Amino acid sequence: MSFNNLETLYRQVIMDHYKNPRNRGAIEGDALTVDMNNPTCGDRIQLQLQVEDGIVKDAKFEGEGCSISMSSASMMTQAIKGKSVTDALKMSKLFSEMMLGEEIDSDMEMGDAEALSGVSQFPARIKCATLAWKAMEKGVNDK
Amino acid sequence: MDVKAIRQMFPILDQEVNGHKLVYLDSSATSQKPISVIEAVENYYRKDNANVHRGVHTLGSRATDQYEGAREKVRRFINARSTAEVIFNRGTTTGINTVASSYARANLKPGDEVLITPMEHHSNIIPWQQAVKATGATLNYIPLQDDGTITLEDVRNLVTDNTKIVAIAHVSNVLGTINPIKEIAKIAHDKGAVVVVDGAQGAPHMKVDVQDLDCDFYAFSGHKMLAPTGIGVLYGKRELLENMEPVEFGGEMIDFVTLQDSTWKELPWKFEGGTPIIAGAIGLAAAIDFLEDIGMDEILDHEQKLADYVMDRLRTVEDIKVYGPEHRAALVTFNLGDVHPHDVATALDSFGIAVRAGHHCAQPLMKWLNVTATARASFYIYNTEDDVEKLVDGLLKTKEFFGHVF
Ligand SMILES: Cc1ncc(COP(=O)(O)O)c(C=O)c1O
Repeated sequence: MSFNNLETLYRQVIMDHYKNPRNRGAIEGDALTVDMNNPTCGDRIQLQLQVEDGIVKDAKFEGEGCSISMSSASMMTQAIKGKSVTDALKMSKLFSEMMLGEEIDSDMEMGDAEALSGVSQFPARIKCATLAWKAMEKGVNDK
Repeated sequence: MDVKAIRQMFPILDQEVNGHKLVYLDSSATSQKPISVIEAVENYYRKDNANVHRGVHTLGSRATDQYEGAREKVRRFINARSTAEVIFNRGTTTGINTVASSYARANLKPGDEVLITPMEHHSNIIPWQQAVKATGATLNYIPLQDDGTITLEDVRNLVTDNTKIVAIAHVSNVLGTINPIKEIAKIAHDKGAVVVVDGAQGAPHMKVDVQDLDCDFYAFSGHKMLAPTGIGVLYGKRELLENMEPVEFGGEMIDFVTLQDSTWKELPWKFEGGTPIIAGAIGLAAAIDFLEDIGMDEILDHEQKLADYVMDRLRTVEDIKVYGPEHRAALVTFNLGDVHPHDVATALDSFGIAVRAGHHCAQPLMKWLNVTATARASFYIYNTEDDVEKLVDGLLKTKEFFGHVF
């Protein structure tokens, strides 16, 4: 049985983040907290960020959802940790462009998150992949 | 019932999705449309399009005749006493909102109760939440049994002298539970309460006789019963509708208008402010013709057989959890092991099988089921046992795929 079509979406690294999420949990001490959900499907994330001097010192999440939304949250926190807020927002923009199937022309490293590029071929799932990034944007913009 | 011949009437079913023949199992969300409905709408726009109830020109009369003809067809379809009791609107949601905004707000006071169930669609919950907030009444729930049904004993105990409205789905869009409306109406009427039925999943699938059910209101959507989106029906007993205020004010619904005051047209038009959904009503009439040509009892029989078949076949799939009672309408809501329902739906779609995943607009019910989301396959007149086989096969492949990547 070949699952070519599905394998474009569900790459090994995505399933690994889903099964073994990085940065799952809560930040102890001061952190800004963002709750976001996808009302059409019920996916939900709580993202916590610790930002000091314009740098994302720590990022953790809790939530419930499909493999795409949860792996994306794991990858997103991994990608932005230690980066400046400006870079995190840049990455988020690049990620959105990747979801639209656009060629990414940047030397910004998004790490594992780049494995989600296949989502662009599954339009119904783009909202799952962008949920965590949207939460991050909201968090740093509201601050 | 000749399903093969019926399928021929649905051009949309004859296509490939992701390299597989389309298996459409999402009719509870919206049904597909037969050629006769598509053509009825097209012919209206090609030949007869005009606004209704105004002007004296020929096209205007034709449009009015067809629009009002559709109302008579709906009246017969649900066996209402009079076309005064058949209000055209946008669908179930609008119908329930009309009752909640008009009847409920005028008749509820502090201490009164509205009784619903946890299996309701959001459109049969939120209008009542808003109505009780506005009036100081309270919202109570008939509890669900473990299998997702309610008992008449609970209904008897919970309908009190304070209960003014009992609102309930004819058929649950998640559990497939078929509720005993007639018996509930008897209990409610004994205590002076009115019964509002969410018929979104009832009217498309079985004969609905509003006089026999003796419900006070029955709301349903055309798009779930072969008609276009945007047309729906609210049935209400005449004596109740007569005493209700309109919810939308403007053209089409008035009798006389002066600078300071206005009077309303008679029923049903006082509830149809603005230019109505003319093409939609004409499409709905064609849809009713299509359903009645097959026969509502035949349809129910076909769907009951499919429901039994799918329940039997799903039992053979390891790790599947099906929610709701054994005896049910032709829809199954389930979860497949640890695989999230969105992932199940994406995998099935890659095999050409369309199912719905999510909370199905029933968040309180998801909470009761203790899940955040589920997948749902729903069946209609054009579905076959072969579709069920493809679903089962697709589920096995889905398990294989995720079992292997996990
Ligand atoms: C049980 C039930 N009630 C109400 C609705 C709402 O119908 P509509 O969106 O057509 O107003 C639906 C449709 O999803 C339904 O299944």
